[in-house]
Amino acid sequence: MEFSRRTFIKGTVLGGAGFSALGFDLTPLHAQTQALKISRASETRSTCPYCAVSCGVIIYTLGDKAKNAIPQVVHVEGDPDHPINRGTLCPKGSSLEQDILNDRRLLKPQVRRPGSDHWEDISWDQAYTEIAQRVKKTRDETFLETDTQGRTVNRCEGIAWTGGCTDTNEFNYLAVKSMRSLGVCYLENQARV
Amino acid sequence: MADRKALQVEMISAHPGPVPGHGVQRNLEVCKLVDTTTCIGCKACEVACVEWNDMPFSPTTFDNTYQTMPETRWNFWNLIKFNEHQKEDGTIQWLMRKDQCMHCADPGCLAACPADGAIVKYANGIVDFNQENCIGCEFCISGCPFNIPRFNPETKRVYKCTLCSDRVGEGLEPACIKACPTGCLKFGTKDDMKFIAEERAKQLRENFGIEKAGVYDPQSVGGTHVIYVLHDATDPERYGGLPKNPEIPWSYTVWKWLFKPVLGTFALFGLLGVCLHYVTAGPRRTQPEPPRKGERNG
Repeated sequence: MEFSRRTFIKGTVLGGAGFSALGFDLTPLHAQTQALKISRASETRSTCPYCAVSCGVIIYTLGDKAKNAIPQVVHVEGDPDHPINRGTLCPKGSSLEQDILNDRRLLKPQVRRPGSDHWEDISWDQAYTEIAQRVKKTRDETFLETDTQGRTVNRCEGIAWTGGCTDTNEFNYLAVKSMRSLGVCYLENQARV
Repeated sequence: MADRKALQVEMISAHPGPVPGHGVQRNLEVCKLVDTTTCIGCKACEVACVEWNDMPFSPTTFDNTYQTMPETRWNFWNLIKFNEHQKEDGTIQWLMRKDQCMHCADPGCLAACPADGAIVKYANGIVDFNQENCIGCEFCISGCPFNIPRFNPETKRVYKCTLCSDRVGEGLEPACIKACPTGCLKFGTKDDMKFIAEERAKQLRENFGIEKAGVYDPQSVGGTHVIYVLHDATDPERYGGLPKNPEIPWSYTVWKWLFKPVLGTFALFGLLGVCLHYVTAGPRRTQPEPPRKGERNG
């Protein structure tokens, strides 16, 4: 049989195809790992809102805070520079991203009236007004000027106040000032829970 | 290609021939250390894992234990196993173990995998699944001595813990390690972790009277890149089914080291024969069929 140039090329191509099918791959082998999702995200330091330990967290948001970039939280993890937790977080703290990005997050004031079986939406103005009215009413009803022995006490025993763990010193200062001015004695902060 | 940030590859599933570039660069082996004696079962590592890997909410089950679910899932790679163990004096010992991929030095999943590049082992010891190349055959599940890979019926791919290869590749520690509030999880080089683990086991034996305390780093799979400090290293089974001598099923070894090269050679010769036949005999030419009897011509 005549071994023409055409046959030779055919054989070469077929053989080459066979070799590559069997896996003689000459491309360099570096596996691409998934890109780090926070590599250029903005870092914002914050405090975990849950308990009184007040662990430091870093909130990673989309974009580099440029004017036209609308930031959105993409990840939250512990702050390694924070002296309290040094990067660690408990399970609740670890789930902080879900605290921010959550369909069930409450974004407006709601009220459940006495005897009612559901929550209804109210406006902020209405909420403030109703709270003020109740504070006034309760204070008027329960305010004690003197105790049983006739000593002047000027206290309001019908109201209690509890602060949250993320309240700053300044906020707590204002809370104590305003509550003391009402005569509230049952004044507490979550830091002691 | 050749992204410098990418991790160096050491082993590739079902890949014929050697791995180019392997052994050229100096590479530190990384390792996770789990000290089961100081784990409080808070599950911060579970949540950190789910958060970092953006995995969806996974329904939990209640089975008379604090354990989140009976086994890991395709979207839940890190599970604290709560085990109640009755000691000889009748008291109950509560053993918690962080269950996840062990990142074996000799991975059974990789040996079993027939899809080229679906499973890779990096030079730093991380065994990672590449779902793009996965064919969903689930061989890795049967090849794993620790029962770790999980099949997702929706995407028809298998998933497991990546040891946060994306974080480690950028020089960060894995998400679970970072979260752990008691410091029972540690991350570093294999040598350092091994040293710390042995020191801790020694401390438990000498200062705490836990005579059987020891380190779990099974040599039957070449050592693992997740090592445990156990109260009783002689009986790891009590920690929610940690095998004492994990082994890759022998059938996969035979398949990989005997059948595959031999049959591959046969296939190569077969192909060569076909080529040779084509070159020597030429293409097949169909002969015009002789007219059948009883059939009219034209």
